[in-house]
Amino acid sequence: MTDTKKYLIEIETPDGVLVTSEQHELANTKYSADIELPEGYAVSEDGAVEQPVERTETEEPLAENKRNHLGLKVSRTITNTIIHIVLIVMSIIWLFPFVCIVFESFRVESTGQVNYIFPKQWGLDNYINLFTNTNFPRWFLNTFVLGLAVAVIQTIIVLAMSYVLSRIRFNGRKGLMNIMLVLGMFPGFLTLILLYKLLSGWGLTASGGLFGLMLVYTASSGMGYYVSKGYFDTIPKSLDEAARVDGATRAQVMFKVILPMAKPIVIYTVLMGFMAPWGDFVLAKYISHYDEAGMNVAVGLQNLIATNANKSANYTTFCAGGVVVAIPITILFMCLQKYYVEGVTGGAVKG
Amino acid sequence: MKQISTLDYLKMNGWNKFLYNLKCFFCAIPGHLLNLLKKIGRFFKKFGLAVWANLKDLWLTFKNGRWQTKLSFLIMGFGSIWYGQPLRGVLFLLFEIVFVLYMGMAGAHWLSKFDNLGDSAGYKVDTEWGETWVNGDDSFKILMYGLLTIIFIIALVYTWRLQIKQCRINEEIMASGKKVKSTKDDLKSLLDNQYHKTLLALPLTGIAVFTVFPIIFMILVAFTNYDASHDGRGVLFTWQGLQNFGEIINFSSGDSVVSMAFGEILVWTLIWAFFATFTNYFLGMFVAMMINKKGIQFKKGFRTILVMTIAIPQFISLLYISNMFSETGFVSKVLQDLGILSENLHLFDDKANPHLTRAWIIIVNIWIGIPYLMLIATGILMNIPADLYESAKIDGASGVQQFGKITLPYMLFVTGPYLLTSFTGNLNNFNVIYLLTGGTPTNSSLSGASGSVGYTDILITWLFKITQGTDSKYYLASVVGIMIFIVVSVISLIVYNVMPSNRNEGDFS
Repeated sequence: MTDTKKYLIEIETPDGVLVTSEQHELANTKYSADIELPEGYAVSEDGAVEQPVERTETEEPLAENKRNHLGLKVSRTITNTIIHIVLIVMSIIWLFPFVCIVFESFRVESTGQVNYIFPKQWGLDNYINLFTNTNFPRWFLNTFVLGLAVAVIQTIIVLAMSYVLSRIRFNGRKGLMNIMLVLGMFPGFLTLILLYKLLSGWGLTASGGLFGLMLVYTASSGMGYYVSKGYFDTIPKSLDEAARVDGATRAQVMFKVILPMAKPIVIYTVLMGFMAPWGDFVLAKYISHYDEAGMNVAVGLQNLIATNANKSANYTTFCAGGVVVAIPITILFMCLQKYYVEGVTGGAVKG
Repeated sequence: MKQISTLDYLKMNGWNKFLYNLKCFFCAIPGHLLNLLKKIGRFFKKFGLAVWANLKDLWLTFKNGRWQTKLSFLIMGFGSIWYGQPLRGVLFLLFEIVFVLYMGMAGAHWLSKFDNLGDSAGYKVDTEWGETWVNGDDSFKILMYGLLTIIFIIALVYTWRLQIKQCRINEEIMASGKKVKSTKDDLKSLLDNQYHKTLLALPLTGIAVFTVFPIIFMILVAFTNYDASHDGRGVLFTWQGLQNFGEIINFSSGDSVVSMAFGEILVWTLIWAFFATFTNYFLGMFVAMMINKKGIQFKKGFRTILVMTIAIPQFISLLYISNMFSETGFVSKVLQDLGILSENLHLFDDKANPHLTRAWIIIVNIWIGIPYLMLIATGILMNIPADLYESAKIDGASGVQQFGKITLPYMLFVTGPYLLTSFTGNLNNFNVIYLLTGGTPTNSSLSGASGSVGYTDILITWLFKITQGTDSKYYLASVVGIMIFIVVSVISLIVYNVMPSNRNEGDFS
């Protein structure tokens, strides 16, 4: 803070507006609060100057560029308008089915499919029907318990696997990774024929399907180590070495040094584990085998509208079920979205 | 083929690079095959040498060893217990006892029937108390426990060898006057130098039991005639050799409906995976660029709306859309009200226009896939150094040029592996196909093939259908599964070799 030389700097905003300002010379500071930007301009986190939120037709810069600039501006405005329209149309298309589901779930006058969106008579009948006349509470509970169990077990397994493959070099590591790559190319439910026989022999299908399903979900989850391994790979190896030199055992390095730094990937893994049973269809259908007590929400709700006769009686109930399932999952996902993006793109960038 | 220099390679544009890589790949195939043969030869040589070395080592250990070591050849773990490693010794001994008991009580029985999977089936008899079931052989159990027994034997031989090696190492340590590792040391090292074993124990056990064992089992099933009419209890099933594979790859004669079904489904699977992957990829990227563009407002709002559709469980949206377009669904009714359609919308049973249904699936898949790609692409696009665009702008590059020369190569470079996994994922994209159409409209020309093949069925949904219902053919499902494996691995191999990320690593970093 001793050296307070002042520099005059000029910054060009995306519009070509020159902003002049004095800046205190502090080591490596990006132009931030020190600069007085024209009204409406903002500085984003990475230091780039963003455009004003409200575009104001105020100062036109450099007179000789005026005409050129105006032309550019007009064409840019046109493109931006078109893009805005496209994006709005897209948003409508993407939201349309979900809005429809919500409206249909409140429709009272008919339980089948109709040719209009807005219900003529609003009411909670479908929700009441869902919770009293179907096994939905059981399915919801099943899925919730499954989600918790899978989240815990899968996280332990995936983290153990990816940690070892990322940070410990041992004999047969490459071979192990190759074997798992090859195993991953077999279609997953080829194995289900045998697993179903085994599990049904142990009484873990149909009404006991909850535990069987949990085994199927988690047992092989070690093979999905790629994303979290990619994340662990980004943490510098020198940290491990430093800790080892200081006398930490490998277990201590993992729990005291690396895992605390890998919070995003831990949360990502837990999130994925918890959400998997809510969307899974084929495994759950196979294991529950038409027994309503062993179904998860996906199979149960699909079962509600499986035949045409059922469809006209239960369609709006199905929609209500969809809403009840979608709301908590969506809220959870939106809250943890940041970690999801970090997990996915971290893995994608690293390969 | 002429090898070109790195400089020439870098001068080429993206398309030529791709062609060049492709050419290289196919020219290299004979060489690769030769290498593979050599590798197999080398493997057997190595294997033989290793066996020989092990036998020699065993003999030396036996000849020069103490009496405790000699006894370990018979009683596993004896040496370890005697030399001061009771935990290891007891575990070895327990393993041997369990093995002997298992073999005596069951293993030998299963193994003896493994060659033809049982001789006499069970049958019903009428007694004075009504019908009863007389137990015969069960081919399924014979196959399963036979396989288990073989694995058990291999494990025993390995462990036996391991404990003898241990004895020898301990002898050497004691001969040099040091102390052998105590049980306490062993346990401690499991948290330190042997920590990987601790961590891998649980995941690998799960994978071995729930993936490796079933896969080996199903590969064996592909060589039998296990189906609904040979269920292994009432009617036994037995080994068929390569006959099942002949049934499915029999393209030349053209009279086998199964091979025709396989051919058609395979082609559609590849078309589907190609379009599903690349339409999503480019459109998703395009949307991300639109949202990222300067001057677009409510960026966050648009992103949130799209991301929300990822969060909602797929079965809800897919089932809903499927019903929306069904015969009596919303779209059908609205189109009739508007007078566009004169009758119900027949998207799922219009056998005259199966391509319409196929196109519809791809379009719905775009609806599903764009948000994912948008999410991934947004992060990557923001990472592209802005000065690349600045200098391009100064050089007078147009927007299209900037996209072709900067954005696209960068994206392809970073997301190459992702593209590959999403392609193979789409080959096996069960949910979208099954929940949207269930494979319909049914392809009546293939009605002889198992599992009522439809026009939109891909291999994985066909596999599922084969195993369902009263005419399920498990052996056929296994063969289809193996075929899927072959398709996926060949494509992965090709793409991996052609992918630009392989050669130009570090172009952007």
